[in-house]
Formats: sequence, structure tokens, C-alpha cells
Amino acid sequence: MSGLMTAMTAVLCIAMLVAALVAIRVLGDKSLPIAILAAGLVSLLASVLFLILASPDVAMTEAAIGGGLTTFLFFFVLARIRSWEKGESEYDGEKHD
Amino acid sequence: MTGKSMIKRFLALLLLAGIGAMFASLLLAYVPDTDLNFTARYYAENTASDIGAANIVTAIIVTYRGLDTLGEVTVLFLASGIVGLVLSFGRKRDSTPRNLVPVGELLTTASQHLAPVIMLLGVYVFVNGHLTPGGGFQGGAIIASGMLLLLLSDPLKRFSHTLIATVESFSGIAYIALGLIGLVLAGGFLDSRILPNGILGELISAGAIPLIYSLIGLKVGAEFSSMLTSLSETEDL
Repeated sequence: MSGLMTAMTAVLCIAMLVAALVAIRVLGDKSLPIAILAAGLVSLLASVLFLILASPDVAMTEAAIGGGLTTFLFFFVLARIRSWEKGESEYDGEKHD
Repeated sequence: MTGKSMIKRFLALLLLAGIGAMFASLLLAYVPDTDLNFTARYYAENTASDIGAANIVTAIIVTYRGLDTLGEVTVLFLASGIVGLVLSFGRKRDSTPRNLVPVGELLTTASQHLAPVIMLLGVYVFVNGHLTPGGGFQGGAIIASGMLLLLLSDPLKRFSHTLIATVESFSGIAYIALGLIGLVLAGGFLDSRILPNGILGELISAGAIPLIYSLIGLKVGAEFSSMLTSLSETEDL
């Protein structure tokens, strides 16, 4: 692996770690949509990493399913939970955590 | 922030650090192989002459390990079936208009132009599965992301469940039928050599692999699309 590739991989890994910390709501904005988007970003960067590691098949799957479909699956589920919370007025869980 | 959520967050971080340590030890002990092992060498040497597929990964997935792929497709089928079953209990019979956030002009215009291209790319990926990276699963997922774009630009859009179910069942039955034909005409279940191997690297080559992978692509695309449409249709209970 050439020096440029190594440097790029290192940058990608650091970006993935930061995105993962945002996704588990340790860093940055504590809102759930941001956390979901950060989880999608981890998948997207992982797919670039798979491409660098010479496995384009895995990279395509990761980008389409991990980065695309799973992220929006979480948003669909989040919307359903929100509408359910609105229906149950006595519910006062940690939704504004 | 309450003490309880602090403990929860600390435990999550601890768990992540533990998993990270496990993978770090794996990575540090990793020594790249200098030559292929026995199975890999067999695949690398014999795929071109046996199966006629330029993409060895596809030859392994569709032919050598065809039964595993059938298992994966079955898992996905069960998952989409169960999602549809669970969500169908909450489906509204009367479709009262929802007050949705208006979709931006940018998304509407872009989805009109991009969705056909994305779906075409998905078809390209699974039709060329035996030549270029990718195949049925990747192509199907790309088609489903095209569907997702259409659903995002118009959340009230309804796709025909009959069409999705027909495509899904047809490709599933045809996939199994091709496998059974392999049992009779060639070496075993899901053997791709029921059709001539052709010239290595051409679109119509590698026996039945393009046919089988197209069916898998349609099936995976239909399954993901059915999950997405069920989720979108029952978004508010």
C-alpha cells in the first residue's frame, strides 16, 4: 500500500471513529436524527474502506444497505415511535434525552 | 443529564472499547498469506474453465456455494414476509390525508431524474454479475434505493403490492426451477452448466449464471421494496 493510500485510510478511520461517537451520542448534538445520520456515515466510510481493501462487492452492499436502506429504516421507525409517543400523553420517558 | 443515563453511556463506551480491543488483537496478529490456500487455489485455477465466469466471486456465490445463496435469499424472504405481516395489523383502511412536511422542489425534481437511472444501474449490476463486481444482492439493493427515493419525494405514493408480490414469487419459483433443472441436466442442484459456458468475458456466457443472478436481483429488489412500501404506508398508526 502506498503512502498516500495509508494516509487516506488513516483519515477515513479517524472520521469513522468520530462519526461512531456521534452515532452513540457521546459527541456533538444529542438529537436522534443526527445520531442516525452519523451511523449512516459510518457505513458510507466503511464502504470506501472496503473499496481500498480491494473488495468492491462488499463495498457496494455496504453502501446500498448499510448507508442507504438501514439509515432510512431507522427514520421510518423513529417517525412511528414519535407518533406513538404523541398518542400516549401520560408517557414521559427520556425522549428529550 | 441523570445518573442513570450516565451509567448507560459509560457501559456502552466500555463495551465498545472491549470490542475494539478484541479486534485490535486480531488485527495485530494478522499476517497476510503469501499464497492462496487449498480451496482458494482450486477456485482461482478452475473457475474460468469449469464455470466460465470472469468474476470468481460470482461463480462461488451462484454455483459452487449456490445452496448457501438460496439460504440467504430465504432468510431475506422470511424477514420481508414477517415485516409485512407485523405491519399489516396496523394498516389504516381509510386513508385520511396526513399533514406532511412539504417535500422540497430539489428532491422532487432530482428524484424524477435520478430514480430511473438508479434502477437502470441496479439492473446493470445484476445482469453483469458474472463479469464485473456486484450481482443480484447488490443490484436488488440499488433498485430498492431507487424505490426509496421515489417514496421520499412523494410519501403518499402507492406502489402495486400485487406487482411486487408477482415479481417476487415468479423469480423465486424460477430460481428453484433452474436449480432443479441443474439436478437433471448438469452436475447437481443449482449447477449453472445447464447452458453452454460460451466465451469468457462476454455478456452471454457462464452458463445459467446471468439468468440465476438476474432472478436473485429481482427477488431481492422486490423483497426490499415490499418492506419499504409497508413501512411507508403504515408510518402513522
